[in-house]
Amino acid sequence: MSAAVIPVEQIKTITMSIYRYDPTVDKKPYMQDVVVEIPTDKDIMVLDALHLAKQQEPSLSYRRSCREGVCGSDGMNINGKNGLACVTPLSEVLKRDKITLRPMPGLPVVRDLIVDMKQFFDQLEKVKPYLITKSDSPDIERKQTPEDREELDGLYECILCGCCSTSCPSFWWNPDKFLGPAALLQSWRFIADSRDEATEERLDDLEDAFSLYRCHGIMNCVSVCPKGLNPTEAISNIRNKLLTREKA
Amino acid sequence: MLVNEIINAKDLPVMEFDGIIVGGGGAGMRASLQLAESGLNTAVISKVFPTRSHTVSAQGGITCAIQSDDPDDDWRWHMFDTVKGSDYIGDQEAIEYMCSEGPKAVFELEHMGLPFSRTEEGRIYQRPFGGQSKDYGKGGQATRTCAAADRTGHSLLHTLYQANLKAGTNFLNEWFAVDLVLNTDKAVVGVIAFKIETGEIYYIKSKATVLATGGAGRIYASTTNALINSGDGIGMALRAGMPVQDIEMWQFHPTGIHGAGTLVTEGCRGEGGYLLNKDGERFMERYAPNAKDLASRDVVARSMALEILEGRGCGPNADHIFLRLDHLGPEVVHKRLPGITELSKTFAGVDPAVQPIPVVPTCHYMMGGIPTNINGQVISVQNGEDTIIDGLYAAGEVACVSVHGGNRLGGNSLLDLVVFGRAAGLYIEETMKQGVELKNASHDDIDKALERLNKLNASTEGDQVSVLKEKMQQNMQNNFGVFRRGDLMEKGIDELAKTREEVDSMYLQDKSATFNTARIEALEMQNLFEVAEATAITANERKESRGAHARDDFTERDDENWLKHSIYYAETKEVSKRDVNYRPKTVQAFQPMVRSY
Repeated sequence: MSAAVIPVEQIKTITMSIYRYDPTVDKKPYMQDVVVEIPTDKDIMVLDALHLAKQQEPSLSYRRSCREGVCGSDGMNINGKNGLACVTPLSEVLKRDKITLRPMPGLPVVRDLIVDMKQFFDQLEKVKPYLITKSDSPDIERKQTPEDREELDGLYECILCGCCSTSCPSFWWNPDKFLGPAALLQSWRFIADSRDEATEERLDDLEDAFSLYRCHGIMNCVSVCPKGLNPTEAISNIRNKLLTREKA
Repeated sequence: MLVNEIINAKDLPVMEFDGIIVGGGGAGMRASLQLAESGLNTAVISKVFPTRSHTVSAQGGITCAIQSDDPDDDWRWHMFDTVKGSDYIGDQEAIEYMCSEGPKAVFELEHMGLPFSRTEEGRIYQRPFGGQSKDYGKGGQATRTCAAADRTGHSLLHTLYQANLKAGTNFLNEWFAVDLVLNTDKAVVGVIAFKIETGEIYYIKSKATVLATGGAGRIYASTTNALINSGDGIGMALRAGMPVQDIEMWQFHPTGIHGAGTLVTEGCRGEGGYLLNKDGERFMERYAPNAKDLASRDVVARSMALEILEGRGCGPNADHIFLRLDHLGPEVVHKRLPGITELSKTFAGVDPAVQPIPVVPTCHYMMGGIPTNINGQVISVQNGEDTIIDGLYAAGEVACVSVHGGNRLGGNSLLDLVVFGRAAGLYIEETMKQGVELKNASHDDIDKALERLNKLNASTEGDQVSVLKEKMQQNMQNNFGVFRRGDLMEKGIDELAKTREEVDSMYLQDKSATFNTARIEALEMQNLFEVAEATAITANERKESRGAHARDDFTERDDENWLKHSIYYAETKEVSKRDVNYRPKTVQAFQPMVRSY
């Protein structure tokens, strides 16, 4: 036997139930069962299984890039819970050799597992997700103590995959008015940065009934974040800052 | 007009910009930032949302003499290390520019908000990396790589995206560039591109086109590279009659996770980690008595491959090496290397604070690329003479300026992309001020750039993309890997010639227009194939061992014949030579020496 042939007992078949929709052909979305063979002597990721499915069904569409959980392309709904396909081991989500994949909920579907992220990114842009400084830059770097830098841990790592905002009921109801957990985490990332000089302006922008205050602390965002970040805590930090700030 | 129709120039809508940048990674967004801030009408064409670009995966840092760890550090020492690391075929004028301009470019990133890790003094944290020295190799290991934990690429890419949002850059996100449009003077006057979501296709006209499409590591079966790294810019340039330089030089990173290929930063060894064979021996002490585990990447990768070949690999199949970190203690591992901890748990099932990580040398970086000068202008080489191609620029991994020569030092890729992305932007800004006149492309010129897409759309039979890709990747892996040999390379080239016909006539089954990833993968495959063939033919032609190019049949460096760049054209499939630049402006050139670590 040549090395390339995998012995039969090391393979099993699984059923992938996948949301399919191509707006130019399909009147409405449907679930398609694709049966693929996977190795049993090693674990593979959901993305690897999707790749096997695509070899059979070349028209199956999904986003992917880094395949290691740092680029945020392949957020999707895996057995009812949002996650990144590339870092979700199949063994953790297979139930009776079956897995169900749908696009992330709450955003318009472009095709198959691909959603239109426009609303998500529009909300991100509203929080001015960039450092704002008013004083002159020094010739070298701005100084920041290790303690001040530590304030950014748990914030700067966000990969903008959208898993959190699209699992948030408040975002589903008001995706145009409530900024959503991802954008608010970024808002706090800049408020918390000792180098940023626009805290008041940032807080002013959040003083309405929807942008921030539609968060009801459901914490779906925390339970799905593939990077282990905590948007709910960031939101509560912003609330505290708003409550305690002294009006000029 | 949609991407799945038979498309002709006269019906094709036109969009127009002063400057376009193809690629939304670090180099592309640094160039676009420069142009947007100068008020030029600029657009970034990126096939993925910019923060999904492969720069995001860079871990360990950006190497630069900012004098934080060592107030006496000197960019000239960095230059010396880079020249030596390149095995003396890096262009010294370009390396001088990168190392001396570097601090400015790094401080700018910090001013934009990049969350660098910090020292007790509040300055940017730096860590030791491979191939770094003080005092021109005489002062021991340097500590020169600026880091944001082990997520420097992620931090850099997001910071550049943020700065571009602030500057008001136009982003054409999830647009795919198909081919360059050339006018009758052979000047580049834009690209054909389509919006992936809807399939709407345009001629995007521009006076300056910057290729910043990154690398092509997916020509190999095992790579640290993202799935999107398909050498699109190289494919476009070669099809348009432009050359590639030193394309045989591929870096194999010593530490890709065994099986998965995901990168484990050199910063692990910078923080004190080391490699072990199955006997528990720190074998790098034998191969590089001074630098040991922090020797240059080509040296470490070859040493590991030899250990495995000679039967001293780890695991039941003796097919990998262990990277040990647990002696550093959980504090260092979790604080300095949090991303590595996460990746090791996910892809190797080990916590590096407790167990060693199984690693193997894995394809990582394309040192070669489209030849440019230090302004990013693309160069054509005819009969030994350089000529500048009007309207076309390249920066970052797709370009070969050349600062990496035969082997890139860790942390120099991020520096390369910000310094030369910035340089291209600055130069374009200047030329636009002076006014640029380029002849309009005719319908015939535009139709030429549409040929590839139309042919694919018309296909009714042929091989599937996934089958062809696997064939090419295995071929490259088996015949053009860490060690190379003439007879195997010739066999590989013959196989590629057969695959070429299949790639030219492959079958696109799904002809739909809306977010059709099958069409994207087919177009990417054709680009990958151009890179693979150029690599194979040039590797066989360079009859010496230098940098990452190690031949069993020509084991020595041959300065007499090959202290040269290789130049390859796809039309003729011929390889010629180009002089290496030994004319830095402010220092004496570093002459070739025996390279030991």
